Amino acid sequence: MNTDAPFLLKRLSAVSFILLILLAASLFLGLSLGSSGSGFGNSLEVLLGVKEDATLKAIIWQIRLPRVLIAALVGAALSLGGLVFQALLRNPLAEPYILGISGGAAVGAIIGILMGFSRFPGVSATAFAGSMTTLALVILMSSGHTMIKKDSLLLSGVMVNAFCSAVIMFLVSMTQDSRLHNIIFWLMGDLSATDIGQVGILAAMLLPCFAVLFWFSHTMNLLLMGKEMARTMGVSIKAVTVTLLVTTSFMVSITVSHCGLLGFVGLVTPHLLRLILGPDHRVLTPACVLGGGAYMVLCDLLARVLPEQGEMPAGVITAIIGAPLFIILLKRSGR
Amino acid sequence: MNESDNAAAVENLSYDYGNQPVLRNLSFTVPRGEFFIIIGPNGSGKTTLLKLISGIISDPQGRLDILGQPVCSYTRKSLAKTMAFVPQTLLTEFPFTVAEAVLMGRSPYLGILGIESQKDLDISRRAMSFAGVEHLRNRKLDQLSGGERQRVFIARAVCQEPQIILLDEPTASLDLAHQIRAMDMMEQLKEEKGLTVIMVSHDVNLAAMYGDSLLLLKDGEIVGMGTPNEVLTFRMLEKAYGCTLLVNDSPLGKFPQVTPVPRKFMIFRD
Repeated sequence: MNTDAPFLLKRLSAVSFILLILLAASLFLGLSLGSSGSGFGNSLEVLLGVKEDATLKAIIWQIRLPRVLIAALVGAALSLGGLVFQALLRNPLAEPYILGISGGAAVGAIIGILMGFSRFPGVSATAFAGSMTTLALVILMSSGHTMIKKDSLLLSGVMVNAFCSAVIMFLVSMTQDSRLHNIIFWLMGDLSATDIGQVGILAAMLLPCFAVLFWFSHTMNLLLMGKEMARTMGVSIKAVTVTLLVTTSFMVSITVSHCGLLGFVGLVTPHLLRLILGPDHRVLTPACVLGGGAYMVLCDLLARVLPEQGEMPAGVITAIIGAPLFIILLKRSGR
Repeated sequence: MNESDNAAAVENLSYDYGNQPVLRNLSFTVPRGEFFIIIGPNGSGKTTLLKLISGIISDPQGRLDILGQPVCSYTRKSLAKTMAFVPQTLLTEFPFTVAEAVLMGRSPYLGILGIESQKDLDISRRAMSFAGVEHLRNRKLDQLSGGERQRVFIARAVCQEPQIILLDEPTASLDLAHQIRAMDMMEQLKEEKGLTVIMVSHDVNLAAMYGDSLLLLKDGEIVGMGTPNEVLTFRMLEKAYGCTLLVNDSPLGKFPQVTPVPRKFMIFRD
């Protein structure tokens, strides 16, 4: 790999440009295809304004548009979350839910459902509160001298997650509440039932997180050389760790609270992109945002279109495509 | 920057992990431009001392001045411009190329995103050619041998353009040729660029050949300090290591050569 000075910027813009086109194309596809049976051609004509069809127009702009946008945002946030946690914990198996954020959010959501809140903003808010509580717990448990030791964070996260799963089962078994059937859909990840206002709220919260993480992308490179080396290269380990941890957890909490658990995308996209682009986080951060967004939009599209009736959780598709793709790339990269 | 004659000055320095004392009341100075080697048995506190000097451990008890200023008065970046650190070994799950790893040495000088200028690239190229790793520039760190990887980290430290270079047992896992090569590089940095080299080493014979001053530690206390001829005496070494040793003149010059004596060669056995 070349490392000429303008080269980084050139490479950054080339990668971003290609992935931006991919994202735009997948958004366009996501808008044009759906389960309404109207067909690609018709949708295309309505999209381009060639044909007037009020129903289809409403479907495209009021149902599909929020959905593809939310998919792009969530895919971006989860991929980036996986990337940051993998760097922060120096563990390639890390994924955005590893610190127990998902478990806390699920418990929060159940409490919200039991209290009879509506899905948005009620249940989202309790889920978010739950995930923030677990994050605070994890940080407290691993704080003090061992704050920057990766293993204490990881272990605390795993424990909190296990505890939350038990609490969920406990609540579900004890209450037998029919409302709790909702939780099953929520746990499998659900991108439906979004309106454009919610997209705006999510974007307003997630985009600043993306910016903060990009700001720290070079520092993440240094962190991967080990915390002692990073420190002697001028990194304030503690401040950087806390900033990355809190920003990423906040970002992931928001997606979990809104869409439930969309598995696998946060684990596999950073790896796929790292295999293709190398480990430089200054390139990987924007690549994860754009590529992860595109990947999620396409997977959600398949999840909408493939079943004869209804739809399947998008998480199913992300794993069915992602896992084999990852293994093929890993084999070919010869490591 | 203060023009102090000492690269490092330590006064009544102590450190403990929990309530276990590791270093007790050390006082010594490292003059600028010196090859300073810290030796001593396992658990004597050598590495802790080096980590304190490097700022990796940041709460020293006692006085620790770097180039005439207390180490805590430096910002992380200014400390990184002053001192570079070469670790013993390093494995990374995320393999950067040699060129990328060496270039990271420029990071204390770079702004946000660490976008390197042509000057930074030239410095990193010179550092790579100094350490003899330029031909490896596109290889990944995890594809290198131990000796090659050690040279990459030396190149990264040189790329940081420090005034002091700190090394933690850099020769521990290297074969003889690579040991001498790494030590020669440090001497070259000292002679040609006037760098101060502070090294932790297990190898008393390498220390005797290269060190201007040696510091012999045991149980966190100073056993001896001075030139190799002053420190590497039978009496001091036996006190520090607690084993029988033979000390004679090296065939190469006026410095000692140390040979540990195996039990089977002893006339009086217990």
